[in-house]
Amino acid sequence: MMWKRAIGGGAVLALVGMSAWANFFIAPTERTMGLIQRIFYFHAASAWAGMTAFSVCFVASLLYVWRRLQKWDSLAVSAAEVGLAFITVVLITGPIWAHPVWGIWWTWDARLTSTFVLWLLYLSYLLLRTLIEEPDRRALLSALFGIFAFLDVPLVFGAIRWWRTQHPAPVIMGGPGSGLEPTMRMVFFFSVFAMHALMALLIVERYQLEKLRTEFDVVRREAEAL
Amino acid sequence: MSLLSNAGALLGKELRTEFRSRELLTTTMVFILVIIVLFSFTFDPTSSESRRFGPGLLWLAFLFAASLMLQPCFLREQTNDTLSALRLSVDDPFAIFLAKLCANTLFLLFTELLMLPLFAVLYNVSILPAFHWLLLVLFLGSMGVSLAGTALSAISAQARMRELLLPLLLLPLLTPILVASTEVTVGLLDRNPYMQWKGVGFLATFDLVFLTVLWLFGEYLLEE
Amino acid sequence: MTPAAYPAGIRFENIEKRYGGLYALRRVSVEIAAGECVVLAGRNGSGKTTLLRIAARLVRPSSGSVTFVCDKENATEPASRVGFVAHATMVYDELTAEENLVLFARLLGISEPAARAAVLLEEVGLVERRSSLVRTFSRGMRQRMAIARALLNEPAILLLDEPATGLDQPAVSWLAGTLRQIRDAGRTIVMSLHGESEISSLATRAIQLEAGSVRADTRAGGSLSSILSFAGA
Repeated sequence: MMWKRAIGGGAVLALVGMSAWANFFIAPTERTMGLIQRIFYFHAASAWAGMTAFSVCFVASLLYVWRRLQKWDSLAVSAAEVGLAFITVVLITGPIWAHPVWGIWWTWDARLTSTFVLWLLYLSYLLLRTLIEEPDRRALLSALFGIFAFLDVPLVFGAIRWWRTQHPAPVIMGGPGSGLEPTMRMVFFFSVFAMHALMALLIVERYQLEKLRTEFDVVRREAEAL
Repeated sequence: MSLLSNAGALLGKELRTEFRSRELLTTTMVFILVIIVLFSFTFDPTSSESRRFGPGLLWLAFLFAASLMLQPCFLREQTNDTLSALRLSVDDPFAIFLAKLCANTLFLLFTELLMLPLFAVLYNVSILPAFHWLLLVLFLGSMGVSLAGTALSAISAQARMRELLLPLLLLPLLTPILVASTEVTVGLLDRNPYMQWKGVGFLATFDLVFLTVLWLFGEYLLEE
Repeated sequence: MTPAAYPAGIRFENIEKRYGGLYALRRVSVEIAAGECVVLAGRNGSGKTTLLRIAARLVRPSSGSVTFVCDKENATEPASRVGFVAHATMVYDELTAEENLVLFARLLGISEPAARAAVLLEEVGLVERRSSLVRTFSRGMRQRMAIARALLNEPAILLLDEPATGLDQPAVSWLAGTLRQIRDAGRTIVMSLHGESEISSLATRAIQLEAGSVRADTRAGGSLSSILSFAGA
């Protein structure tokens, strides 16, 4: 088992490394923004990976409410944490991109703003978990909140896109219409693939950790009860 | 016995309880008032600026007040374990939510309607021309707040630090309501009031989504 | 006290309840016949409250089942009517005695809630305080409210979780008298108790729980007083 995990981990890291290399050396330099534009490959790919992780959390939450098996709860929290990490990357790379290009650290760009709210939602999810002692209660209540939060996400993105993009604000990633030159597109999709592989690796590792933690927790509580 | 008659009976109980003590309504109103006044210190409420910023501040005040007002919702059912009594007495646990939902929406609406004229006076905006539309927005927005708030109140009542937890969980979740309601209200308070039906449709969608979610998952929120 | 229309018993089959890995109940299988007056004895944490709450359908067992066994041939619904009295009063402080009972009667679908409430207030001796807020009641009076609420739908089975807690001697006597009437009317009673008292003397059977399992049962040859003396020790 350890073998498989080590090989899997190695493969993913190699993939990420290749993707990073591609981001810097294969993709052509963008005309107007220059070098800094390359951060887009990390930024956008992280956003997609983060959203996928949150989708995993949503499905795991539904499965927990339905089946009440501990493993779904462990998967849900693992996916939420990994998702939050990726979204944090998005929120950090956003300003890093914005500053050289527009001279400002933050822009109330629709997608970035929505991502910020998303970040807050899942931060609350994790915070909620720390505030409930009893494992089964914690699992159920956080699963329910996880379901509410995920269903809220499209509403958040919708509302902000409809009514908060009227102000002239620099658009971080270019609107849907902005095409990517073929090489760029390939590099981008490779980056998305690599990020998803990384996401899967992190979720698996975090899940194993969570399994150990819950087992330990059971033993500890049994000992305390004596 | 049926869902609606049970919800009706419980709604009667919620209203009667509040009518006797009036503690929720008064504290919520005072809180909104304080926020509205305090906000006016942060910028100079000239007419045009009020029209731009006022609605946002108004809805922000409503949201903050709601996140406090909704805390006792399920907490007060814990004091004598009346929640268990309710669960034993009703066929469909959704009746409990439906009643609290209606009660909370009514309480919010009531305080908002009382605060609206005050807001109009302090910020020099006219609420009369589009008043009936304002009522619609207030209703849909308050219902959305109430839907999310009642559900989350059931969650936070079972956690530690519940006083801080409910606002923390609720406010990010209500971002869509804040944005949509504010925008529609801006239109209605304009010198030439106009109605944004897209916003109203959006609010109705939010309400429908969360009502459905509450209906599907409500009983799990009340599980022991 | 009106006789129970459809006497009913309870069958617990392999009831298990886990809280995050810790067992509150381990494979409890007990059959309680209609009309029995059963005392559940055991230390704190032995699973008495959990078992009662599972019977009341407030808690879902992790596995196993609870069925209500009705003697009457063509009885359907009434067999599952259960009344539950807990530590907490389970009535609203901010409503009057009458308002509380009318509310719960309406929720239960009782056809004439006000009349039923009046009958129960009479039975538990709270008629004079019908229009007083429950907040003003003493512990003993609250207990009477709890019993009244539990009896609203004429339950075939009455479940009580440590009903004598915090009651003074007159209140305990009143409770014992009331429970005797309920027992004699043919209803099944299951109650958890700490130790021997006027109330435990009503029991026709005692079951001792320890660490989530059935340790002793008078039906299986245990002695009533020895089971009861383990309680709370």
